[in-house]
Amino acid sequence: MKIVTICGAGIGSSGILKVNAERVLRKLDLEATVVAADISTVKDVASDAQVILTSQEFVDAIGSTFADVIVIQNYFDTEELTAKLRSALE
Amino acid sequence: MSLPPLPASAIVIGAHAADWRAAVTLAGDALAASGAAKPEYSREMIRMIEEHGPYVVIAPGLALAHARPGPEVLADGLSVVTLAEPVSFGHPYNDPVSVILGLAILTADRHLAVVAAVANIFNDSTAIADLAAATTAADVQRIMQVPA
Repeated sequence: MKIVTICGAGIGSSGILKVNAERVLRKLDLEATVVAADISTVKDVASDAQVILTSQEFVDAIGSTFADVIVIQNYFDTEELTAKLRSALE
Repeated sequence: MSLPPLPASAIVIGAHAADWRAAVTLAGDALAASGAAKPEYSREMIRMIEEHGPYVVIAPGLALAHARPGPEVLADGLSVVTLAEPVSFGHPYNDPVSVILGLAILTADRHLAVVAAVANIFNDSTAIADLAAATTAADVQRIMQVPA
């Protein structure tokens, strides 16, 4: 399974989402590759992804995709990430 | 790996900012003061928000101001600015913002180690309120778990 985290720069915020998503996946005992990317590359990077994690601001720019687009409000709240990843993946 | 340097010169407590642009500029000025970035880096951070919206407000009360690695970045570095009066970034969930974390990254290949260290600090849900209430640079360095 592949999860993509999207932000404007491809570093910084999307990196924090990647790090915390990996922590949550380990706790849930789920296997996935998590890739941080910037919005300009989303069509390529996310073409084979099951889940895209991002902020509200990027939902329109991501556009139509086969992946579940999940909006994260608080990037440091691993409980929010856990609940949203669990409902998307389980 | 630990956080990039956060010297006292990169910490501003109780600053006054008229709006989010002024707040981000203060975070950029603090990165310039510590030698991590050129003064022009503020403009790059502001441009990211103008282009993509206020997504840098990644948690309630906290903005992670940053841009891509580029000629404006001189070294990996962090800055912390706390505001006397919070400002609005126009974020749907996390306004108002009272703590700005400025982040300069020299090369993209190291950014994950840096942001993992940032996540270690802020996954503790009290860190943002503690920073907002800090009264000295030493307080901020203790909360951020960096050497003074």
